[in-house]
Amino acid sequence: MNRKSGKDKMDEPAIIQSVAQELDLPARRQFLRYAWTLGGIALLTGCRVDDSDSVESMLRMVSRFNDKVQAALFDPSRLAPTYPESMMTRPFPFNAYYDRNGIPDIDGDDFKLTVGGLVQDKHSWTLAELSQLPHSSQVTRLICVEGWSAIGKWGGVTFSTFLQRVGADTSAKYVGLKCADDYYTSIDMPTALHAQTLLTLSYDDQVLPAEYGYPLRLRMPTKLGFKNPKHVVEIFVTNDYPGGYWEDQGYNWFSGS
Amino acid sequence: MSNPQTIHPIWLRLTHWINVIAVVILVMSGWRIYNASPIFSFQIPAGITLGGWLAGALLWHFAAMWILFINGIVYLLLNVFSGRIAYKFFPIRPTDVFHDFLAALRGKLAHADLRQYNALQKLAYLFVVLDLVVLVLSGLVIWKSVQFPLLRELMGGYDSARIVHFVCMALLVAFIVVHLVMVALVPRTLIAMLRGH
Repeated sequence: MNRKSGKDKMDEPAIIQSVAQELDLPARRQFLRYAWTLGGIALLTGCRVDDSDSVESMLRMVSRFNDKVQAALFDPSRLAPTYPESMMTRPFPFNAYYDRNGIPDIDGDDFKLTVGGLVQDKHSWTLAELSQLPHSSQVTRLICVEGWSAIGKWGGVTFSTFLQRVGADTSAKYVGLKCADDYYTSIDMPTALHAQTLLTLSYDDQVLPAEYGYPLRLRMPTKLGFKNPKHVVEIFVTNDYPGGYWEDQGYNWFSGS
Repeated sequence: MSNPQTIHPIWLRLTHWINVIAVVILVMSGWRIYNASPIFSFQIPAGITLGGWLAGALLWHFAAMWILFINGIVYLLLNVFSGRIAYKFFPIRPTDVFHDFLAALRGKLAHADLRQYNALQKLAYLFVVLDLVVLVLSGLVIWKSVQFPLLRELMGGYDSARIVHFVCMALLVAFIVVHLVMVALVPRTLIAMLRGH
């Protein structure tokens, strides 16, 4: 392909001809080879590998890496935006892994919150005891993992106050939560200690309705909705990863926003 | 670029095809995620989505985002520091754009020298780069709306970030359709993007 001389004199048809020659057989063979490679890529990203175990485990590995990235991005002093009450979503949507018929019927008089794990005071709490702790409220946006969001007013006890009260080891990694509807989840300690993480007893200044988690819901505007467990009956502090109902099925564990 | 015949240097071809893989995964898994809570009155046919269910789609989406992000940074850095972005894309003269647009309508858009982009190509490729940047930024707001307050306000809040993300996806898909039609009309461009010349 020596073109050092006569290049300027070459007229257009000659250039086209030379290009056409160049694109002849070798190029076509090469193109087929590349096409085959592209087919390989399509296979790699297509459905066949979609259900293979190795890709599944690789994706879960990336998800665990994303847990670490999110923990690093999480700024304990950064607050989620708050809104005027006029912006509340009415009615606030009900959402659970069951329909309304499955909402647990809980008797508040018999209710006891179990506290365990790395805490000094393991006594169980009644609702009356919980309501004596300092109360605050917030109007914040709940963002669902599905994408929709809704603004609501939540009232209750700042979770860090509660953790201090029970003498929790705040150097532990996780706080696990178990619920009356067999739901369970767990959160990282920095989120548990965040100023807007609220052990919720009320919604819109009313006793927390059953559909939003009576009698107790842990509300975190810094986490996706499914990380905000309803009907909480047990709280424990631990260094052993407790997982969660959705998390064990493949949803990202940290799921912060 | 030592080879005078080179149309696309190896780094450009690599970042292009890596981007193809990332975009295909992100768009298809994104459609699945969209279906979990559609913002418009339609759903994407499940058959052309990736992930099987919401959790699977999210796993794909949040894995492929790293490929798109890192590959995009490499692409932008190499473009800027090699000077390619300056000599390939600029200047874009409005008169050239107008002229090439008319030529395209007549089916006579110039592709004689693949080393030079015509004005419409310059515009389209710069547009898609910008579109991908906005996709990443709006995606960051949807993923971490509390942690990126400035970006969130720029996007007009969490809910409008979802709309921005969707619209940018639609524009990206529209670009891909036109891009593929042009490649089908001028197949030499595909060979150039594969072997470099």
